[in-house]
Formats: sequence, C-alpha cells, structure tokens
Amino acid sequence: MPVSQEAPGASAQTRTENEVLQVALGGAWALAGTTPRWAAVVGAARPAGVSLRADALSHWDTSLVVFVGEARRWCLDAKVACDTSALPGKLSLLAGQFEASMRTDPRNERSQSLLTYVGLATGDAMAQARGFLQFIGECWIATVRLVGGRAGFRWNDCVGEMQKCGAMALPIVSLISFLVGVTLAYSGAIVLRRFGGDIWVADLIGVAMTREMGAMMAGIVLAGRTGAAYAAEIGSMKANEEIDALTVLGISPVRFLVLPRVMALGLMMPLLAMYANCLGILGGMAIAFATLDIPPTAYWVEMLTIVDISDVAVGVIKAVVFGLIVGFSGCLRGLQAENNAAGVGNAATSAVVTSILFIIVADAIFAVVFNAIGL
Amino acid sequence: MSAEAIPAIEVSGLACAYQDRRVLEGVSFSVRSAEIFFIIGGTGVGKTTLLRNMVGLASPAAGEVRFNGVSFTNADTGGRRAMLKTFGLSFQGGALWTSLTLSQNIALPLEEYTRLPGDEIARIAAFRLAQVGLAGFEEYYPSEISGGMRKRAGLARALALDPGIVFFDEPSAGLDPVTARNLDRLIVQIRDTFGTTIVIVSHDVDSIVGIADRLIMLDVDTKGIVAEGTPTELAAGAADTKVVEFLTRRTIRSR
Repeated sequence: MPVSQEAPGASAQTRTENEVLQVALGGAWALAGTTPRWAAVVGAARPAGVSLRADALSHWDTSLVVFVGEARRWCLDAKVACDTSALPGKLSLLAGQFEASMRTDPRNERSQSLLTYVGLATGDAMAQARGFLQFIGECWIATVRLVGGRAGFRWNDCVGEMQKCGAMALPIVSLISFLVGVTLAYSGAIVLRRFGGDIWVADLIGVAMTREMGAMMAGIVLAGRTGAAYAAEIGSMKANEEIDALTVLGISPVRFLVLPRVMALGLMMPLLAMYANCLGILGGMAIAFATLDIPPTAYWVEMLTIVDISDVAVGVIKAVVFGLIVGFSGCLRGLQAENNAAGVGNAATSAVVTSILFIIVADAIFAVVFNAIGL
Repeated sequence: MSAEAIPAIEVSGLACAYQDRRVLEGVSFSVRSAEIFFIIGGTGVGKTTLLRNMVGLASPAAGEVRFNGVSFTNADTGGRRAMLKTFGLSFQGGALWTSLTLSQNIALPLEEYTRLPGDEIARIAAFRLAQVGLAGFEEYYPSEISGGMRKRAGLARALALDPGIVFFDEPSAGLDPVTARNLDRLIVQIRDTFGTTIVIVSHDVDSIVGIADRLIMLDVDTKGIVAEGTPTELAAGAADTKVVEFLTRRTIRSR
C-alpha cells in the first residue's frame, strides 16, 4: 500500500488515568521506518491496567502488530488487564496470533554440550568410515560382476570421460610439467655446479620426473580438475534425486556412474604421466641449454645412462593408482554430498583434499615398497 | 489524480522471450490495488516467464511494467532497489536459502531493509512462520522439512517486509488439497488485512474459482491474452471456448 511522504511518523502517546496506562497509537506504522517500542513506552511504570486506542492511525503493518503483541505479552506477564477493544478488529486478531507465536518454543534446539558434540562427531566419523567401506565394497562387487561378464560396461560414457579428463587436460598438464622441469633444473644446478657436475642435471631431472614428479603432478592436476568435477556432478545429481531414480530402477549408481569415471581416469593417468615426464624433461633440457650450455644431445645421452625402463614403469604404476584414487575420491564425495547447494560445494572441496591426501600417502608407501624390492 | 485511479500494476505491450524464442507478445493488462489477480493458462504458455519479466528477473524484449504508476522497466538501479522492497515473490519450490534456518531465511530481508533489533526480527520471523502454519520450525534447515513446508516457508519470507504486492508462482502445486485451500485462505486474509495486491500464476482451478477477483488467461497459439475478467463471468460465457473448458473442468491436465 503506498504511503504518502507527508504522513506523520508512528507515535504512541501515554497518559495515566485512574492508574490505567492509556496508550494512543497514531501516525503511519511501517517496518522500514522508526516505530516506538513497547518496552520504551511502558518504561518502569507498573500500571494497574493498560488500554490501547488507535484514533489517529493512518497506516499500519506488522510493526504495529509487534507493538500490540508485545504489549499484550507484557500485560500477561505482569498480570494486569489489557484492553484492546478499541483497536481495529484485524489488528487485535493479528496481535493475538503474534503473541501466541511468542509462546511456542522452537522444536529443534541446536545448542549442544561438549559431550553431545563429541558423541555426535564420533558417530559421524564412524558413519563416514562405514560409508567409505561400503563404497569400496560396492565398487568391488560391481567390478567383479563386470569382469565376470554379468554386467555391461558403459564404454560410451567411459570414452567421453576419457576425453574430458585426458585429452582436455593436456594444456594444463603441459604447462605445469614443463615448469616443474624448469624449476628442478635451476635448483639442481645450484648444488651440482659446486662439484662441476652441471651435466648431472640431466640425471636429476630424468629420475625425478619419471619416478616422482610426472605422476604426482598429473595426479594433483587431475584431482583439482577432474576429481572436483566428478564430486560436483554426482553431488548435484544426488540433490536432484537422479541417484534415487537410478536406484529404484535397480541400476547400481556405482556401475552406472562410478566405474566409467574411475576406469577413464585409470586409463588416462598413465598416459598423462608419461606425457608429463616428456614435458618435464624438455623443460629441464631447455634450461640446461640456455643457462648451463649443455647441448640437448649431451643432455639426452647423459639422462639415458641412469633412466631406464624400470623408472618409467615405477612412474606408470604410481600414475594408475593415483588415477584410481582421484576417481574414487571424487565419486565417493559426490555420492556422500548433502542434498543442498552447500553440499555440492563441500563435496568438491572434500574430493580434492581427499585425493591429494591419499596421493601423498600412496606415494610414501610406494617409496618404501619400491625401495624394499629394489626397483 | 487520486491514488485509487492508478493501478497497482500496469503492464503495457510486454513481449517476453525465453532464450531466443518469443513466448509472449503485446501483453497488456492492469491489476488494481488490493486485488487478487490470477494469470492462468496451460503448461508452457509462458506464465512463469511473464512473472519473471514483471519482477525484473528477466528483461522484457519490448514493453513496460509500471508499479503504482512508476515505470519499473525503465527505472535506474537505485529506483529498482526501492521498488523491489515493496514486493514479495513466492517461488514455485520455495527457493529458500539452504544454508540458513527458516528463521534466518525470513530475517534476512528484515535485516537488509529495516533497523529493527535482532530479537524483534526473530520474533517477527516466528510470527510469520506461525501465520503459515509452521510455528516451532524456526531452527529447522530447509533440507529438514517437506516440500510443502518449504513452500509455505517461502511464502513467509515473501511476506517478511509487508510488501504491497505479492507474486505467487504456482502456490498450490505440490500441496495436498486441504493445505492448498488453507493457503488460499491465508492469501485472502493477507489481502483483507493489509490491502495487499496479489498476483498469482496458477493452473489450480479450485483456487481460481475460489479466490480470484479477476484473471487473465494466456494462450500458446495467440502468444498473448485470450480472456480477461472475473472467473464467474468467464466460466459463464467467454468468447474463447478454451477458457470455458479450462475453468469448468475440475481436473488439471497432468504435466
């Protein structure tokens, strides 16, 4: 309802008559404006009764309902009579409803004691662990069924995912690996130059890239790029009840959504890692040529004295495992996502953190194992 | 000119496009103050698109929308913000902010536009929830309540600032008949109490016949209004048989 600008502001004038507080309400009452508040109007007075009148009221909305409602509440608490019969009928009706809503307690109290919090957090952690194991189990069952030929595999989806996570990741993987080669060359040269062994930069970069950095860098790039995308995609599918739609049709979401994605990553990661190796070596070669005056042929020959097929194999094995880690983490977090907008965001973040954490842990385990078996 | 003569909403020559497709062309109508006005029509005629164009969520391809005589379409950013404060929109699915509790959802517009203290805002939020039958649900998150409850909470949020105009997008869709009628009663109560102008996009015939003061019907073939009038008038004898069909059939075509 339009309020004309010249309407006088809301007012509540009081006067006491026979110990009864007479409150005359007037002017335009609007939520967005400044309105009197009951607590300020009554102050410290303890009248024997309260009477509300609305003689010069031009316009009113919920702000007046709140005022009258609070007045009635106050009277109830102070056990004094409250006379609202002179108010418009609608107003006292709404004020009554408002006063009633002040009396209902929220059904869901969220404040918790520390003990409750710890208990809930423990329960939550156990549920998480259970969900994780269940997911691994479902993946295992789906894989067994797949290998046993009892369930089809969605190759079309898989190929599409391979393109998205493999081919389309080439530019970013190229850039990052090349720059890793460059930085390794610079930092290697600082140490090796002391011994007059500049040429060993080639050995350093060759071994570091093939055994460690190629797979690691590709893994981290894919965790941020593909793992997060999987979590967000599956998470919003879940929020949209698409996962439920698969389940009621008897189609396992794991077979339908997870396996093609994980398979795509498992197949593309070794290729990306080898590609990253090449780019890293190229980066090192460029710096060696530009700043250390080592010709590329000499660099290549020197590198081949130490890097052999076993180093490349170590990198490729790691890459496959990192790929599976990224795929499983992304899909797991997506399936665990809460059914709301924030849930999807949390799932994506959590997928990246989980992937990188497990990549580093797996890398450490590999270091110990490969050392033990002498690879 | 007296205030009564200016319609609360005036739509003139509005053309709406959805993506590149023109859905509506040359739509003109006006809504009087304190009127319950329905925009009806079958699924896919562009009812929601029209609504989105009226409230500024989409820009009209042509034409103008005026609220209380002031152009909304041609208003600058500040003017728009001031006008947005005066109307509420209740979305089809509630569109509650999922990271906030119901109480916080309703408190947000009050915090943005009023200088009321926090405890008072919380009390108003509780009152709004009680008005839509959700007393006691203040501390719940939208994900913890049912679809119908979300919808009612969305209505409570639309009413937070005592808007002069409230738009409803399919208020009764997804609600059981009893809840839907209660919602209708609530809409009438809001109008009667505060003189709120109410625009409802709906194809719920029971609601239309029950509470509409006037309505327009949109049609997909003409890309515009095929009928305008009160429900009884139109049901009794509209020029277009589609209108009579729509209003007298008690079942709604499923999507």
